[in-house]
Amino acid sequence: MIDTIRGRSLLSLDDLSKEAIVEVLDTAESFVEVNRRSIKKVPALKGRVVASLFFEESTRTRLSFETAAKRLSADVLSLAVASSSVKKGESLRDTIATIDALGIDAVVLRHRSSGAALQVSRYVPHVRVINGGDGQHQHPTQGLLDAFTIRQVLSERHATTGLESGAELFAGLKVLIVGDIRHSRVARSDVAAYAALGAVVRLCAPGTLLPEDVATWPVTVVRDFDEALGWADVIGLLRLQSERGSGAFVASLDEFTFTHGLTVERARLLKPKALIMHPGPMNRGVEIDSRVVDSSQAIVERQVTNGVPIRMAALYLSVAGSGEGTSL
Amino acid sequence: MNAIIIRQGLVVGERSSDVADVLIVDGQIKVVATTIDAPTGAHEIDARDCWVGPGFVDLHTHLREPGREAAETIESGARAGALGGYTALVAMPNTEPALDSVALVSFVLERGARTPIDIAVAGAITKGRAGESLAPMAEMAALGVRLFTDDGLGVQDPSVMRRALTYAKPLDVRLAQHCEDERLAADGTMNEGALSGRLGLVGRPALAEELMVMRDIELVRLTGASLHFLHLSTGRSVAMVTAARDEGLSVSFEVAPHHFTLDESACTDYDPVFKVHPPLRARHDVDALRDALRRGMVDAVATDHAPHAPELKDLAFDEAPAGMLGLEEAASLTYQALGASSDPHVFFALLSRGPARVAQLRRDDHRVRHSAHGARMVVGEDANVTVFDPRAEWVVDRTMLASRSMNTPYEGRAMTGRVRATIAKGRLVVDEGRLA
Repeated sequence: MIDTIRGRSLLSLDDLSKEAIVEVLDTAESFVEVNRRSIKKVPALKGRVVASLFFEESTRTRLSFETAAKRLSADVLSLAVASSSVKKGESLRDTIATIDALGIDAVVLRHRSSGAALQVSRYVPHVRVINGGDGQHQHPTQGLLDAFTIRQVLSERHATTGLESGAELFAGLKVLIVGDIRHSRVARSDVAAYAALGAVVRLCAPGTLLPEDVATWPVTVVRDFDEALGWADVIGLLRLQSERGSGAFVASLDEFTFTHGLTVERARLLKPKALIMHPGPMNRGVEIDSRVVDSSQAIVERQVTNGVPIRMAALYLSVAGSGEGTSL
Repeated sequence: MNAIIIRQGLVVGERSSDVADVLIVDGQIKVVATTIDAPTGAHEIDARDCWVGPGFVDLHTHLREPGREAAETIESGARAGALGGYTALVAMPNTEPALDSVALVSFVLERGARTPIDIAVAGAITKGRAGESLAPMAEMAALGVRLFTDDGLGVQDPSVMRRALTYAKPLDVRLAQHCEDERLAADGTMNEGALSGRLGLVGRPALAEELMVMRDIELVRLTGASLHFLHLSTGRSVAMVTAARDEGLSVSFEVAPHHFTLDESACTDYDPVFKVHPPLRARHDVDALRDALRRGMVDAVATDHAPHAPELKDLAFDEAPAGMLGLEEAASLTYQALGASSDPHVFFALLSRGPARVAQLRRDDHRVRHSAHGARMVVGEDANVTVFDPRAEWVVDRTMLASRSMNTPYEGRAMTGRVRATIAKGRLVVDEGRLA
């Protein structure tokens, strides 16, 4: 178990302790305030260089990371490598070595292959690597921002602050995750974060979209989606990942909607205060009905907004947090 | 006169072994006796505390030539083989282009004849290894090819495999199958299980191998042909093939050193050096293979030596090609797997006599210019001899390997037992653990 990400790479939430996660959430709280200022910038990473390396298409994650780095006053080297390294004819090691030769402190890496972030951290051990999503493996900052968003909304309801509540509001919190869990790095990071913070997690999905190793996860798998909807305090929907072949795992998108889509009718089964989350991008009309997205229970936009302070916190702790006394 | 005398080693025959001197003259074993007066000018090898037996035969070597000479050539692979104690290698046909014609097989045989050891060829079962139409097996058999396989892939279509077995039977050749149902293995990159799930890597289930093993045993029963099962990696696969063999079906199987040495946990750090097909399996499968080895159930240890240029192993795990080196480590790993009570007869059965029988290399064959391998170590036999020192200790250093590639999964591993000398085609190729 890792008790702090200070001075370390952030590759996975699987091995982070509750304390390590709460530290990131607490750090992000202070950056929320920065993002509300008219001048949204702090000198925390002034003079540091963050390379943003996206081997896979992404809009929000990339924008969010680069915004975060800039608001910390870091210099950002941005390289989009939409095609795989194989097609480009260069090995992953060589690509990283080239970027490293320019002089960098951190890499934000998005890659279609599971494990790419860990491989890169091995190639350049002196550089902090922030995993921006690797294959079906992990998407740690998404898991952190989801936890952060839940804590933010619940603390507002309890007329407290995130900082004061720590992980308290997660104790016994009922979280239901639905959909394409098998192919989802978000699900793996979310489950790790929620479980570490003390939530009770249930999964509901077609049999083919559950991971092979689900028996080893800290969750309960349920079959009855409708019943689970009445149970949940929070429901996390996932995108059906057709680019990872999910289409072949169900009979049709229609049938997926029929069995596991959050339709208007199903949304009525939710508790009035239950929160609806989605990491985006959404397939409206497949896993979630457009009218449900626009309901007051949905906090999808907040998730996007919180992406920036969480990524500021991750970058700050990872890059500046090695005890060099950088202040906010 | 070209004479070599091997002094005071444990000469390992098929059933018994004795400490003796072995005199090799002009390519043949001339004298085996307690003590021999060496002819003048004979090269002396001190083999005290060493095992002296028939040269190793690898049923499963990817020599990469033609097509991927950056990874390996017939010549560099032969040198790596000699250092590993091999006096004969069977070159796999998944080159570019595939070895599916007389011209391509002849090319490899001719290149092979220029190396210090014997290079036999496994021809492709189907044209271009595409699994659709039969390659000219009769023409290749006329060149001396005795083993056919589409290795790298199994023949997926059961009707094509049935036809291939029926066609091969009267040719007195043996087919060899890479058992993995590709539809079930899909895009898997490591063993399917809890670990692949946690790592977010798509799994290749053990069942993908076992289903094809099951299918092919039944096809052998139906056709009466012979089949060799390549690199079996699960306990169930081994159990099925040994049961079929006990029933009297003409089946044999090999296991690869990586499958009885490493388990799936090696993939935890996503290092593509540990990616291989069939994949490194669960611990219980590794234990089952080791148990089968010790009990003498296994026909052959075969390396599946699969060189890949370094840059290809610096890709992401799912993008990197599958395969790992093995020629220079196989003997030590086999010795270690056999354990403290390592029996030299079992050792030479696994590395020499068994594979020589499967590859039909026990008699010399002038058509392909290869000598006899897997011999009994008696006077008059072709001198393909390996001297193995079971006490030698060494550490694998990938920069010191003779292979053109460096993708050994054993980097930095301490090994026990090492080949001291290799005599191939009557010539001293490796002496004191180095190329002579």
